[in-house]
Amino acid sequence: MTLREIQAYLGAEVLCGEGQLDREVHEAFACDLISEMLASAGSHMLLITSLTNAHVIHTAEVIDALGVIFVGGRRPAEDVIEIVKKNSSIPILTTKCQMFDCCGLLFARGVQADRKDSL
Amino acid sequence: MAVDTFQFTPKINLEFAIREKDFFVAGESASRVKKTLQQLGMQQEIIKRVAVIIYEAAMNVAIHASHGMLRVFISPEAITIETDDAGGGIPDVDLAMKEGYSTATHEIREMGFGAGMGLPNIRQCADELKIDSKVGVGTLLQATVYFTNR
Ligand SMILES: Nc1ncnc2c1ncn2[C@@H]1O[C@H](COP(=O)(O)OP(=O)(O)O)[C@@H](O)[C@H]1O
Ligand SMILES: [Mg+2]
Repeated sequence: MTLREIQAYLGAEVLCGEGQLDREVHEAFACDLISEMLASAGSHMLLITSLTNAHVIHTAEVIDALGVIFVGGRRPAEDVIEIVKKNSSIPILTTKCQMFDCCGLLFARGVQADRKDSL
Repeated sequence: MAVDTFQFTPKINLEFAIREKDFFVAGESASRVKKTLQQLGMQQEIIKRVAVIIYEAAMNVAIHASHGMLRVFISPEAITIETDDAGGGIPDVDLAMKEGYSTATHEIREMGFGAGMGLPNIRQCADELKIDSKVGVGTLLQATVYFTNR
């Protein structure tokens, strides 16, 4: 599924990285702990989280996430979006879906759990 | 420092100051070093391990110490990440290395840290790890990642 398809499917809003929505997503990693993302996420996955601080953005960069989707209608502060715009082209989306629904919907469409050994 | 002017000279050192409660310098320096290493053409897996070590080690200084320095030494054989801080130190390093052990506050947990996974993550990513801590003085952490396969 492309990020664009995911956006439509989850009724998500794109906060930045509009130009990168053709990225294909095969795997996702859902988590609200930064250390867990750093420890266990592989690479080239969609990061699903309800944390919206700047650490999520830096962590997404460090782990080579394809994109980030905030669940539960959460959105980061403007300065966090500015950090993304300045440093990277990573697409950031927000959906009103709750964590469980978001994961379940994507899973049902064939998005797999991200594995670190696929690094 | 102008990242795009780097060349693969035998030894490259990078340095970042970490002030108390400057929580964002950790992520910023991890991303910046990552970009530098990518420009040097290093292996993705090595870069990621280095970036994770930087993130967790610098975060520990910002959270648990007063202030300190983050240094990254790049040689043809290895990358060494060092944090050198002034602060309360670690009374029991073996205990601190245990997964889940943390003295972090609620505020830190709300940020997504403080799960007691930082030092275990660093140990996981490093080929060599040395922690030298004096209570009431500070902590010196040195983690090395070699370019040859583990
Ligand atoms: N630089 C440091 N100075 C003082 N104490 C530290 C430092 N680094 C780690 N510690 C201690 O070790 C514990 C475990 O560290 P860590 O595994 O990174 O977990 P966390 O940072 O989530 O608490 C910390 O809670 C803290 O008590
Ligand atoms: Mg820590």
